[in-house]
Amino acid sequence: MDLIRLKNVEKKYSNGVTAIYNLSLAIEKGSFTFVIGGSGSGKSTLIKMLYREEKPTKGQIIVGGLNVAKLRDRKVYKLRRKLGIVFQDYRLLPKQTVYENVAFALEVIGAPHDEIRKKVLVALEDVGLKNKIHNYPDQLSGGEQQRVAIARAIVNDPKLLLCDEPTGNLDPEKSMEIMKVLEDINKRRGTTIIMATHDKAIVDRMKKQVITLKDGRLVNFKMKGTYNDEAI
Amino acid sequence: MKPFRMLGRSIRDAFKSVIRNFSLSLASISCITITLVIVAIAIITSFNVESFTKEIERDLTIVVFLENDTTEEEAAELKKSFEDMPNVDSIEFESKQQVKEQMQQESDVFNTVLSEWSDEESPLRDTYKLKVKDATKISKDAKEIKEFDNVSSVSYGEGMVDRMISAFESIEKITYIVVIALVLVTVFLIINTIKLTISARSREISIMRLVGASNITIKLPFIIEGMILGAIGSIVPILFTTYGYIAFYNHFDGHLYSEVIRLVTPYPFIYQSALIVLIIGIIVGMIGSAGAVRRYLKV
Ligand SMILES: Nc1ncnc2c1ncn2[C@@H]1O[C@H](COP(=O)(O)OP(=O)(O)O)[C@@H](O)[C@H]1O
Ligand SMILES: [Mg+2]
Repeated sequence: MDLIRLKNVEKKYSNGVTAIYNLSLAIEKGSFTFVIGGSGSGKSTLIKMLYREEKPTKGQIIVGGLNVAKLRDRKVYKLRRKLGIVFQDYRLLPKQTVYENVAFALEVIGAPHDEIRKKVLVALEDVGLKNKIHNYPDQLSGGEQQRVAIARAIVNDPKLLLCDEPTGNLDPEKSMEIMKVLEDINKRRGTTIIMATHDKAIVDRMKKQVITLKDGRLVNFKMKGTYNDEAI
Repeated sequence: MKPFRMLGRSIRDAFKSVIRNFSLSLASISCITITLVIVAIAIITSFNVESFTKEIERDLTIVVFLENDTTEEEAAELKKSFEDMPNVDSIEFESKQQVKEQMQQESDVFNTVLSEWSDEESPLRDTYKLKVKDATKISKDAKEIKEFDNVSSVSYGEGMVDRMISAFESIEKITYIVVIALVLVTVFLIINTIKLTISARSREISIMRLVGASNITIKLPFIIEGMILGAIGSIVPILFTTYGYIAFYNHFDGHLYSEVIRLVTPYPFIYQSALIVLIIGIIVGMIGSAGAVRRYLKV
């Protein structure tokens, strides 16, 4: 079954730049998909439209049954509760501990106390940071901070995890650690993962399905794909 | 269960923010304090003025002196025209004979002087005493009556009432203007305070949006923060109202100048005034923070 469906999606920014042209695709529930392409090819724009940070100028986007393109601003939070998002720059709260950073995602949606405690500990266990719950972000390495961000993104058991260059700030070794964590989440939790990246080594090693964008157009959608330099 | 949890969280957040930005909040709080002190004085004054003008109005009387040669029929006619006046409440006739007897009873000096005058020489007049319903119209009524036939002169508290009423009216107007101006300044300051706390927490707000906090969850702490500023700002005015008024009341023994100008008894009056001051403070705070949230917290 498809978790995400895009039909003839176009995104033109108000400055006149068209970032995505006539994009149609479907992504299956439980899959792990890379979105690759050169800088400015529209990867981030695609991810942003999936969590309704940006609205498409044309076409239809369905995420988990929600018509994202038509979703009113006031209702966006309903979509956000169904998905987790991870960025290149972690976006943690510097004055809160690892535990508090992860718990924050549940507190602000009104989850009860004991449920928060249980879920946060499970999420931190899943990313391998159970021994650092009382540390502050600046006491952690970049890879560890990104794992906190991932724990925060999955703590509410989302169906979909969106990652925009999550390894962009990390060395290859730490990057592979993050990829192991993501693959583990995909396998054990069944979370659908979409990850935008331009890291060739990662894509080639993981053997996942690959969406290739070039100047805002879909040029390739492959199962068990690799980073195809010619296409880009 | 969940709404209470969220409300509790918002209130806790709001308090934290007020404490964290206390130096920032101080300007807003001071301005609310000044405004509310003036509001408190205005409330106390206007309640008191209301109370004792009512007291004065209750026995406000127009005394109409008739010409010496007025016949009984003419007097009866006059009474009828008084009855036709909408503002006249009750009419009481006192003949010069009655006046004379009253005065003679009051003092021996009057007694001897008055008994020497015959009816024609007597300076005393038949009088009508009219009670009015609305004291503010008393001078207009008096003027009108003065033009009636057989009326020699009219008196009504020698313009004292008039002057008092118009003085209070202009004080009231000035107070309104000052309070409105201060409220505007206060709202402006609160908007700026909340704007700064919003920008200080922009990272937190953006994360809240990402993880799916509802709009009300994001906005409520800031709106409550404004209400807390208002409530804190009303502490001094409330203490001032309660203790100040009790001291004032005791010092003047419950009345000013004469028994007529009686002050409102402090209980439960001061509690009511304190409550009004607190509510105004919270509302002004809320108006400011809601304005800031609407302008600077787009969701
Ligand atoms: N907010 C924006 N306003 C205007 N143009 C934008 C905006 N964001 C991205 N773009 C443009 O859209 C195109 C695609 O950008 P982006 O989706 O960020 O690509 P990628 O993530 O693949 O590097 C680029 O040409 C970029 O300049
Ligand atoms: Mg990008």
